[in-house]
Amino acid sequence: MNRATLDLWVGVFVAIGLGALLFLALKVGNLSSATSGETYRLQAKFDNIGGLKVRGAVKSAGVVVGRVAEIDFDPETYLAVVTMKLDKRYKFPSDTFVTINTSGLLGEQYIGMEVGGDSLMLKDGDVVKKTQSAVVLEKLISQFMFSKAAEDGNAKK
Amino acid sequence: MAKRLVAMLTNLGNRVTSAAWRLGFASRFFLMILVHSGTSLRRFHLTIREIYFAGALSLIIILVSGLFVGMVLGLQGYDTLQRYGSAEALGVLVSLSLVRELGPVVSALLFASRAGSAITAEIGLMKATEQLSAMEMMAVNPIARVVAPRFWAGVVSMPLLAALFSAMGIFGGYLVGVKLIGVDEGSFWSQMQASVDFREDIINGVIKSFVFGVIISWIAVFEGYDSEPTAEGVSGATTRTVVTSSLAVLAADFILTAFMFRGA
Repeated sequence: MNRATLDLWVGVFVAIGLGALLFLALKVGNLSSATSGETYRLQAKFDNIGGLKVRGAVKSAGVVVGRVAEIDFDPETYLAVVTMKLDKRYKFPSDTFVTINTSGLLGEQYIGMEVGGDSLMLKDGDVVKKTQSAVVLEKLISQFMFSKAAEDGNAKK
Repeated sequence: MAKRLVAMLTNLGNRVTSAAWRLGFASRFFLMILVHSGTSLRRFHLTIREIYFAGALSLIIILVSGLFVGMVLGLQGYDTLQRYGSAEALGVLVSLSLVRELGPVVSALLFASRAGSAITAEIGLMKATEQLSAMEMMAVNPIARVVAPRFWAGVVSMPLLAALFSAMGIFGGYLVGVKLIGVDEGSFWSQMQASVDFREDIINGVIKSFVFGVIISWIAVFEGYDSEPTAEGVSGATTRTVVTSSLAVLAADFILTAFMFRGA
């Protein structure tokens, strides 16, 4: 086989190999929608983060605006400290309410930003004051059971 | 009785020494390849030729097996996922298992048996027919002229083949999941894109396949170069290439996975 044909075939091979990588990056992976651009960091403290994980989504109005960057435990206040990386394009008022939500009944947990009305915007490194912890399903069920039992007890009297 | 015991111990000792000797020689050989790889870059058509034999000719087997592995994943994954009412996560299952594990590992095993064995047999036969000695007589370094181009061709081809395998597998999973079974197409792709991370999953998969490429090519060229210059020696070396490199790939995969995907 002469050199030109060889080069042609190797060229075809390398081209479709790189094409496959591109397909993986753009169609399969999240490179096309990744928040790889400029980000800023916010912190929030929670009593209980439930099953929140690093790289979990931060959503506002259902749209992903950032990712959870770090989760730490503060040994002095016994609170969970969650560091989020948010897209620089999105600014939030300083009285934004940060909650931990669950997608679906048993789905993944994510951070929801409920926008407030302040004219001051959160800056890089700020700590969000208003937070609401994760709803722990077991606690909810036990509360329901206890209140139900109490009701039944009252009814019998 | 005592004589047999001594003979057994001697035999065992010889085996250990020869294994250690081979490992040492293999490491020195690896450095020699790196030192003499200048030629395979300067006379790049040598490497191109080997990429054709190792990579381009492995295309068919990689594409076909990738397609089938993906289709099987689609069927099996759907069967399990639909029990939990989450058949939409089929795309995530297929793509993550392919990109992280099956793509690099299965294509590495196929590459070892398709291309690695061919490299060993070729170099071993060159040695048996004294072509390597003839080159040395003509002041041509056989490592630079014969070994290094084959090594680099394997290293270059492996990540490309693994990427092709994964892409083809995901396409196979799509065919079975969406076209045949009828999983919703939108959630198939969007859930996949939401959970496959470019750096964490795809780049780590490429790093894996690169490491496998180095391991397989290294073992293949070494076994060929170190083979006994007889017909039996060459066939034994070819077998050893496939066995050793398959085991090495699986062991390396465990180590790499432990580093890459621990926790989180």
